[in-house]
Amino acid sequence: MEPNFYNVKTKYPGIFGWIFTTDHKRIGLLYLISTLGFFFAGVCLGLTMRLELIRSGMHFFSAQTYNSIFTLHGVIMIFLFIIPGIPSSLGNFIMPLQLGARDVAFPKINILSWWLFITGGALAVTSLFTGGGPPDTGWTFYVPYSVRTGTNVSLAVFGVFLIGLSSTLTGMNFLTTIHRLRAPGMTWKRMPLFTWAIYATSWVQLLATPVIAITLLLLILERFFGIGFFDPAKGGDPILFEHLFWIYSHPAVYIMILPAMGVVTDIIPVFARKNIFGYTAIAASSLAIAFVGYLVWGHHMFTSGMSDTARVIFSFLTFLVAVPSGIKVFNWIASLYKGSITMAAPLLYTLGFIFLFSIGGLTGLVQGALATNVHVHGTYFIVAHFHYVMFGGAAMGFFAGLHYWFPKMFGKMYEEHLARLAWVFLFVGFNMLYFSMFVLGWEGMPRRYYDYLPKFNAPNLVSTIGSWILAAGLFIMFYNLIHSLIAGETSGDNPWGGATLEWQTSSPPPAENFKEVPVVTKGPYSYE
Amino acid sequence: MAGIAHTEHRDYTGAKLGMWLFLFTEILLFGGMFLLYSIYRTVHTQDFHEAAKEMNLVLGAVNTAILLTSSMTMALSISAVKQGFKIRSLLYQAATIILGLAFLGNKFFEWRDHIQHGYYPNSPELLAMSHGKILYFGLYYVMTGIHGLHVLIGAGIICFTFILTLRGVVSGADFIKLENTGLFWHLVDIIWIYLFPLFYLIT
Repeated sequence: MEPNFYNVKTKYPGIFGWIFTTDHKRIGLLYLISTLGFFFAGVCLGLTMRLELIRSGMHFFSAQTYNSIFTLHGVIMIFLFIIPGIPSSLGNFIMPLQLGARDVAFPKINILSWWLFITGGALAVTSLFTGGGPPDTGWTFYVPYSVRTGTNVSLAVFGVFLIGLSSTLTGMNFLTTIHRLRAPGMTWKRMPLFTWAIYATSWVQLLATPVIAITLLLLILERFFGIGFFDPAKGGDPILFEHLFWIYSHPAVYIMILPAMGVVTDIIPVFARKNIFGYTAIAASSLAIAFVGYLVWGHHMFTSGMSDTARVIFSFLTFLVAVPSGIKVFNWIASLYKGSITMAAPLLYTLGFIFLFSIGGLTGLVQGALATNVHVHGTYFIVAHFHYVMFGGAAMGFFAGLHYWFPKMFGKMYEEHLARLAWVFLFVGFNMLYFSMFVLGWEGMPRRYYDYLPKFNAPNLVSTIGSWILAAGLFIMFYNLIHSLIAGETSGDNPWGGATLEWQTSSPPPAENFKEVPVVTKGPYSYE
Repeated sequence: MAGIAHTEHRDYTGAKLGMWLFLFTEILLFGGMFLLYSIYRTVHTQDFHEAAKEMNLVLGAVNTAILLTSSMTMALSISAVKQGFKIRSLLYQAATIILGLAFLGNKFFEWRDHIQHGYYPNSPELLAMSHGKILYFGLYYVMTGIHGLHVLIGAGIICFTFILTLRGVVSGADFIKLENTGLFWHLVDIIWIYLFPLFYLIT
């Protein structure tokens, strides 16, 4: 086999050549394996939740256990899968290649980020088995319960702290890389839009994460020393915790979605054989989403007791942040219009993304309006909304990217028919699972409840069955990818005819990425 | 990178950029705490004013002088190494470490004094006080504590650069590691420059 970054001789042998690597491609794959492992755990937890909710009055375990399960489901999916997800795996692997660089700016800090991620994840998993057992506070860790509960909040939250540090360092690394290591001739306006998306995301990772870091530290200090910042008996304010928490956690959702938007923006030109429509608008909207996203956190707290003035301002800003997302959707559609379409799996998953994300985004507006928010806050409507954007959006974009860059990373091609079959199961199962939740939420079913009134039986049953169909789709998709990795056909260097720089080197790439540093003379989506 | 022999990547501007980005994150980390301070002080202005009387102004001022001087020795260590004066740089780095440790020593005595008087989180004496005073002392320990942790970490990093300077890894040809350490140390100093008036001088 041709020399590539897999078979190159490394400083340390075997597995240590991976654990101690400084090669961004290997680090990307380390993240890929670990985030997908955590995703699998999160899926199992989600399926367990749906099983508990299959019928009113039917229980497989206690309410306490259910509380821990949904807490873990949230913590794992958010901090260990979706936030690191695309940036750390696909971003690490592909972004330097798209820049024509040989690696990121700080390769040693890159592997440090992965070690912090794994350590944080290990601590979070350990919290399941030690002390008072797994946290039961919900992934939002609201005070006062998170201070008073005997469950192992401190250990889990410290794990999240380390994962946050990993994320911050990655953001810093990627920003420096994009500013400093672009190949000769690659101006900002010749960068692929996936890299633009990673750039905007990195700003959010850099600046928002420290706020959750201090918030979680304060929570740990509260649990150990009873300082009183969030305790009214000592003069503190529990709403202040909510503010601090959401000042990070709202920008965090843009960390989740921006890279996925970047993935689909790169895929569409390739599979429509046409330049992207509105390059500047898409790049600018990524930055706009990142910026305005810092200003809207209060929309998670409309019913918490904030002043009406504050609520009106946050609602207005929430509507404002939807505009750049809408701009992107229109640009994607315009890019497909009159294109020469190849409906391969990457495009199929991309179309699924656009559809499901749009539903999620529009329902976000229902939540962003003050009057309707009162009706849906704390119900399954919210749960449906964020699963549409995070799962139907970000994760679906991740799956699209996995298929698109599969040949680049592994030199093999996945099997197309299985990928499409998986997509059908995923799409049908997803909508059964989550659309029912819109209905349930609107009808008044609260979230985070382990039981419900008999009148909610039918949609809950549909939802649970949907979860099984979705799981089947995930199984087919990952079976396909893993099997193709082992026994798939060789893909060739550029099976899709992509014009971005990562496709101008071999698949898989050599250790040094390019035999010669490329000189860039045109844009990333030129198909003349 | 994995196993490829090539000239090692050196980017002075990039290294500086990365460090400034990291410092930005530290501003936000402390910013969360300053946010808490500003909110609680607005609500309990009089209590904060009275609680600040418990602070030892002399120790605080001495610590401020110590830290400012250490920033000077840090800056001098960098210009020394840039001009090729290795021994001088080592001396200045050592002085910075010693000043940093002196700061921490003073902090220890300050804290011990407060704790002996019963001013510590969740103490019976503190809980008997008004809300504003409880919050003031809570903020005092958390903010000077996390700041002190950064002083300790900074001193540790300077020990590290000391060794690198000794070995010639940090030299007139390549001093970015020392320069970035200096930036970190200056940040730690600047944060104290805000903490000092906000806790010691508001009385």
